[in-house]
Amino acid sequence: MLKEGQYRNPSGCAVSAVIDRSGKPMSGRRMIDSIAVMHERSNGLGGGFAGYGIYPDHKELYAFHLFFDDRLTRKNTEEYILRHFEIAYSSEIQTRKLPTVTDEPIIWRYFLAPLPRKLADSHLDEREYVARCVNFINARIGGAYVFSSGKNMGVFKGVGYPEDIGEFYRLDEYEGYSWTCHGRYPTNTPGWWGGAHPFGLLDCTIVHNGEISSYDANRRYIEMFGYKCTLRTDTEVMAYIIDYLVRKMGLTLREVAKVMAPSFWKTIATKSEEEQREEIFLRKAFPSLLVTGPFSVVVGYEGGIMALNDRLKLRSTVCAEKGDLAFVASEESAIRRIEPQLDKVWAPAGGEPVVFELHDKEASK
Amino acid sequence: MKVRYILPAFEVLRDESKCVNCRLCERECANGVHSFDSERGRMIANDAKCVDCHRCVCTCPTGALKIAETKDVYRSNANWSRAAIDEIYRQAESGGVLLSSMGNPDTYPEFWNRLLINASQVTNPPIDPLREPMETQVRLGSGRVKIERDENGRLKTALPPQLELQVPVMFSAMSYGSVSYNVHAALARAAKELGIYYNTGEGGLHRDLYGYGDHTIVQVASGRFGVFREYLDAAAAIEIKMGQGAKPGIGGHLPAAKITPAVARTRMIPEGSDAISPAPHHDIYSIEDLRQLVMSVKEATGCRKPVIVKVAAVHNIEAIASGIARSGADVIAIDGFRGGTGAAPTRIRDNVGIPVELALARVDDRLREEGVRDNVSIVVGGSIRSSADMLKAIALGADACYIGTAALISLGCHLCRSCHTGICNWGIATQIPDLVARLDPDEGARRLVNLVTAWKHELEEMMGCMGINSVEALRGNRLMLRGIGMTESELRLLGVKPAGESM
Ligand code: SF4
Ligand code: SF4
Repeated sequence: MLKEGQYRNPSGCAVSAVIDRSGKPMSGRRMIDSIAVMHERSNGLGGGFAGYGIYPDHKELYAFHLFFDDRLTRKNTEEYILRHFEIAYSSEIQTRKLPTVTDEPIIWRYFLAPLPRKLADSHLDEREYVARCVNFINARIGGAYVFSSGKNMGVFKGVGYPEDIGEFYRLDEYEGYSWTCHGRYPTNTPGWWGGAHPFGLLDCTIVHNGEISSYDANRRYIEMFGYKCTLRTDTEVMAYIIDYLVRKMGLTLREVAKVMAPSFWKTIATKSEEEQREEIFLRKAFPSLLVTGPFSVVVGYEGGIMALNDRLKLRSTVCAEKGDLAFVASEESAIRRIEPQLDKVWAPAGGEPVVFELHDKEASK
Repeated sequence: MKVRYILPAFEVLRDESKCVNCRLCERECANGVHSFDSERGRMIANDAKCVDCHRCVCTCPTGALKIAETKDVYRSNANWSRAAIDEIYRQAESGGVLLSSMGNPDTYPEFWNRLLINASQVTNPPIDPLREPMETQVRLGSGRVKIERDENGRLKTALPPQLELQVPVMFSAMSYGSVSYNVHAALARAAKELGIYYNTGEGGLHRDLYGYGDHTIVQVASGRFGVFREYLDAAAAIEIKMGQGAKPGIGGHLPAAKITPAVARTRMIPEGSDAISPAPHHDIYSIEDLRQLVMSVKEATGCRKPVIVKVAAVHNIEAIASGIARSGADVIAIDGFRGGTGAAPTRIRDNVGIPVELALARVDDRLREEGVRDNVSIVVGGSIRSSADMLKAIALGADACYIGTAALISLGCHLCRSCHTGICNWGIATQIPDLVARLDPDEGARRLVNLVTAWKHELEEMMGCMGINSVEALRGNRLMLRGIGMTESELRLLGVKPAGESM
């Protein structure tokens, strides 16, 4: 059977996310409860979570989560890792056996610091160095897959219903200031855990519901800049677009939203001179990164989350606030389930980014 | 006794029961086919002079005329076609190079018709262009940017000069001289109304059309006809013509017969002599020379106008395009081997170059591999016959298309392929005043506007099917195409999957 990445696998999905902007940690249980409400939007073929602020004791280190097909691959991969990083701490990720989650690969976690000499010799900045190592393992070491690579955050995903995947990874035992999660409804049967979402690179993760029609235009453009879309999923290409625009080009997330889901030209013409100047520039500068077709994404990153819909709003997204808490989900019920009394609930317009960040972003570092 | 070796290719069929002897066909046919036989009191025809332009057929008030390919045949021979035999007779007679016009008509394989377009079903909704906005605008020019901010953190928004098109199509280069003034006037008016551009070709820009400069691309070709300060200043963009699909590797030849005083003035050449542009630009023998010309044109125009470099699709087009993408040019125009011409040596037109589909796919791939695709836009021409061809070109990787023949057909051209004779009964490829007057520039502009507007609607419909609402998201989106009836290597070169293979 073809593995995810050897074909395109369009999916319908559920997404949910929560952040406590005061930075107070909350248990992963909350997200499990929220996504469970949208059971009908998944079909048991993929679920996953990203938690931020979950490794406060190792927050200076890159936390790699890896899938291995077998022990030999793990040995080979560790050799590669050791050539590029110091392994401060590593262990198998503790899981709970469940009848509903089967065929799991070998799942390991590593806390890593780049080898200073290697890093200096590479003439790369540290994050680029780490990103390239991740790409190398994923593209070159068959049977090994890095699915999480940021600091003080982690992705947990697999094949199953998302609430089961949450139990499987014992997320009730983790605490973070923000969580995103995803339930997948793929139209093909992926047997491989790496194909589940969130998709992450460094601390940036994406959960996504939709099927973009601009996929190949976006993919062929972004691959000019050293990215390799090995999974062939929409989520992967969007993660690379965001990584490229934010990390390499230096755009803000709000500006990224104007690239990926810009206003129509005739709407731009009605805006203020300053907005026009900026939006016209961004559309002209990155036309090939415009994303069409239905999508609703939640981007998680160190210190915040951003929700964004395609410009026609062909997928639902609901946002809500309650004190320091802020929520994004495919359906309002998923929010009400974990916070029945809300200060404010709204559905953002297509192409309008909603950004929730910690009041004190520096403190998250 | 003088023997005629070549027999007429067409038969003029007149329905005597319908003909009322009005003699209109006699006036409409500048080839002198029809005449009135006063002795017998009826119209007769000299088939040998007929070029099958259908002017008489279309104008005959009683519908009495038809033109048929002759039923007379040489002894059939699978190897020696009638055309091959006739061409030998013609050369044995004249001792000269054979001339032809319009695009290569031979039965070479063609790829547009073997590409199929995708549509959305279930997992992704199609978009209804009547109810939802659809964006067909595109911008041509270099998109290479550095993100910089001012002291307040605001984006600096300066970009290289770009052309803005409301529909991803432009009228390709057709020189004044090879076509009539009325054609240029119609193209200019239509381009302005449509928010697109027309291209002057290498024959200069007629004084009276300077007002349309904002929608005009002026050409600088090897003959440098009509190139001077004001000409460059008047234009929206400047195209350096290195080659043409119909005749890669050779220059242009406008026979003296077409060089009227106005044409001579516009080209800045003497009246009554042939206008021959050399095969190479004599200041460009290499890619670094091209760079110098690009830069001097830019300097002459204050770097305010995009520079296009037009080349013919030839075997080594990838490397050529890669060089152009680094030459400072803003747009590469690629002209395929099916592209039209006002006159070209037959052998060159019919045997030199490669299909534009392949050239486009390879160039787009190559520029991406080298990370320089953003340096330039790609415009393709050379037989874009419909909005479907245009859409497929964009999905393969083009930013926009050039149409020449399609534009002329909308003005009445019936593809008789006799432009090089200077007699065009439709007032297009001629300078004979009576014939030119047959083409009303306003009516011509209206037909051109209709054509492009219709294509725009069709483009919107097809994009809507695919769930795409902006041309930007279609460009280079090859997953939206599938090949049918192609070999493995053709699929590989075009970068598309075979029909039936899933995403
Ligand atoms: S040359 Fe044209 S106008 Fe003349 S007879 Fe033939 S078809 Fe008719
Ligand atoms: S432009 Fe005139 S001469 Fe040329 S092919 Fe068309 S109708 Fe014939």
